[in-house]
Amino acid sequence: MSTLFSREQLYEILNTVPDPEVPAISVVELGIVRDAQQRADGTVEVTITPTYSGCPAMYEIEKDVRTALESAGATAVEVRTVLSPAWTTDWIPEAAREKLRKYGIAPPGRAESAGFVTLTRARTPVACPWCGSRNTSLKSEFGSTACKAIHVCNECRQPFDEFKAF
Amino acid sequence: MAAHEDGDAGGIAAGEAKAGTGRVAAPRQAPMAAPMVEYLLRLGDDRLILGHRMSELTGHGPILEEDIATANIALDLIGQAAQVLKLAGEVEGAGRDENALAYFRDGVKFRNCLLVELPQGDFGDTMVRQFLFDAHSVLLLEALTKCGQETLAAIAAKALKEDKYHLRHSSEWVVRLGDGTDESHARVQASLERLWKYTGELFAHDDIDTAVAALGIVIDHAGIRSRWDAMVTDVLARATLTRPVDGPMQSGGRRGRHTEHLGHLLATMQSVARAHPGASW
Repeated sequence: MSTLFSREQLYEILNTVPDPEVPAISVVELGIVRDAQQRADGTVEVTITPTYSGCPAMYEIEKDVRTALESAGATAVEVRTVLSPAWTTDWIPEAAREKLRKYGIAPPGRAESAGFVTLTRARTPVACPWCGSRNTSLKSEFGSTACKAIHVCNECRQPFDEFKAF
Repeated sequence: MAAHEDGDAGGIAAGEAKAGTGRVAAPRQAPMAAPMVEYLLRLGDDRLILGHRMSELTGHGPILEEDIATANIALDLIGQAAQVLKLAGEVEGAGRDENALAYFRDGVKFRNCLLVELPQGDFGDTMVRQFLFDAHSVLLLEALTKCGQETLAAIAAKALKEDKYHLRHSSEWVVRLGDGTDESHARVQASLERLWKYTGELFAHDDIDTAVAALGIVIDHAGIRSRWDAMVTDVLARATLTRPVDGPMQSGGRRGRHTEHLGHLLATMQSVARAHPGASW
């Protein structure tokens, strides 16, 4: 006999699952959990979407989601992956952005509109998560994980990651 | 006399393909798979092979930031390939998944364009190739987001966001190297001249394209070509590079006629999977 969960309870459990690469926020806050519900047969069905096409953490996330739900009493868990709509950093709520900042990662700005790519985009300097200065320079749009860019603060001389708008 | 006798010494320069020159009779080919499968293999194989080439730089990048950047780009491309090949396997319905298609197909069954299989060469070669490919890829993916194959449209929408980052990165390098020192300028100009003859294949329209158009994948190759031309011309001008003159173009990859370089790449890429079929870790 399996435990009965409301949608809210499922989200509460999932909100305790940290993102494996950015453990400061949960997989729910990151916006990759798209849905969670319990079917009539008791199976808990969780729908997730990848951040980047080649995100190597997806298998890890699926495993963590399964473990969290099973230890909360779910007897059957099904994790589905959907691609549409494509994940965007705009789904990360304000509170989670603050957590990122405290963790040392500059939160993402607004994602670029669907329009065409501008090759000579004027980049607004990203505020340093340590000292708040906007006197920072972009070092690379590709960082330690697919979702981050590398900057350096010219004031406090600290390198830092930016969760890039995507 | 044959270009392939020169070996790999020149990196991409050595990619003077025998394929498509017309001197060699077309090798025996398996009958064309269903057009949709064939079309998806072209899309997936381009990204798989380019992603693998890019991954060869992992741990060998010229500076740390570039090592990380190229590893990220490789990861995106291989992730995109996995999704497209998974779909190809589903459409085919013969029980092959993305791993079977990537690791257990021989060279003549690959449908990537020749541009992506040429050896890595120097960093200028790498970035010029990436730029020529990225500029085409964003235009193609943008068109595919509106196509009638729902899963493919979703894959394209995601991949488009990634490829915009790739394009910005590669175009910035083309400008930096072209408008850099005399040495870097001369070298990327030479890369451009060598690679130009492999760009025609990106825009080729054949019976497979016609067949998939009837299935909802309508791609205006001529329109994409003129927008690609405008974008490439603009970046090359800012890079103080001279746009090569369009001459005869190399082709053959879409029908499984590849340069000798693909076989070597596959030998590396497929060796572990073939030595330990079914292994997991």
